Amino acid sequence: MIYVAFFAGAIGAVGGAVAVIAMRNPFYSVLALVVHLVSLAGLFLLLYAQFIAAAQVVVYAGAVMVLYVFVAAYVGAAEEPLWEPIPGQRFLAPLLAAALLVELAIAIIGTGLSALDSNGPTLPAGFGTPTQIGNLLLERFLVVFEAASMLLLVAAVGAVTLAARSHPRAEADEAEGPAA
Amino acid sequence: MTVTWYVVLSAVLFAIGAGGVLIRRSPLVILLCLELMLNAGNLALVAFSRAHGNAEGQVFALIVMVVAACEVVVGLGLIVAIFRRRLPLNVDDLRELRG
Repeated sequence: MIYVAFFAGAIGAVGGAVAVIAMRNPFYSVLALVVHLVSLAGLFLLLYAQFIAAAQVVVYAGAVMVLYVFVAAYVGAAEEPLWEPIPGQRFLAPLLAAALLVELAIAIIGTGLSALDSNGPTLPAGFGTPTQIGNLLLERFLVVFEAASMLLLVAAVGAVTLAARSHPRAEADEAEGPAA
Repeated sequence: MTVTWYVVLSAVLFAIGAGGVLIRRSPLVILLCLELMLNAGNLALVAFSRAHGNAEGQVFALIVMVVAACEVVVGLGLIVAIFRRRLPLNVDDLRELRG
C-alpha cells in the first residue's frame, strides 16, 4: 500500500517536473507545477509531515501558483526563438543536468549515513502535527521565525517598488513633455 | 519504504530543475524551474527529518518555503517591470549587465 502511494506520488512529481520544462506555453508550465506540488504534498504525508503537506497545498499550490497564473496571463505566451546564442545549448544542457544527477547519485550511494537505509525510527505520536511544529517555531526557532517575517516584509515592499508604475510626479513630468 | 527512495527522488527532481534552468529562456519558466529545485531540497529535508525522527528538519522546510515565496514575489515583480518597459522577455536578450 505504501509502495503504491509512493510510486503514485513519485510519478506525479517527476511527470509534473518534466512537463514544466517541456511545455512551450508558460501557462501550461504553471499548471504542470501545480500537479508537481500536489504530488509532493502526498509524499510529505507519507513522511509524517502533516503540517508541511497542508502548508504546501494551501500556500504553494494555492496562493503562490495563483500569482504565477496572473503573471503568465498578464505577460502572455512569449514565443522562444529557435536562435541559440550558445551553440549546442540544446544538447549540452541535458548533458550537464545528467552529470549533476550522476554526481548526486554517487553521493547518495557512497554516503556514510546509516539512517538512510532504514525506515527511520518509530515516531512518537503527534510527530509533524501543527502543535509540534508550532512549539518548535515559537520556542526553539523564534529568531528564525521573526527573521522570516522580516524577509517577507522586505520582499513585499521590494515587489511593490519594482512592479508599481513610476512615481506619479515623474509621470506628470513625462506627460507635460520636454517643452514645458 | 526506506528513506533512500525519497532522497533519490529528490536528486532526480533537482537535476530536472537544473536542466530546465539551463534549457529554457523565458524568465517565467526559469523561475518555475527554480521552484522545482527548491522543492527537491524540501523533499530531502523532510526525508532526513523522518530518518532521524526529528521534526527540526520540517521547520527548516517551512523556512525554505518562506524564502521561495520571497524569491517568487521579487522575481515576478521584475518580470512585470521588464514587460512594462517593452523589453524582450528572453534572458539571452537581457544581458547588458554581463558587460
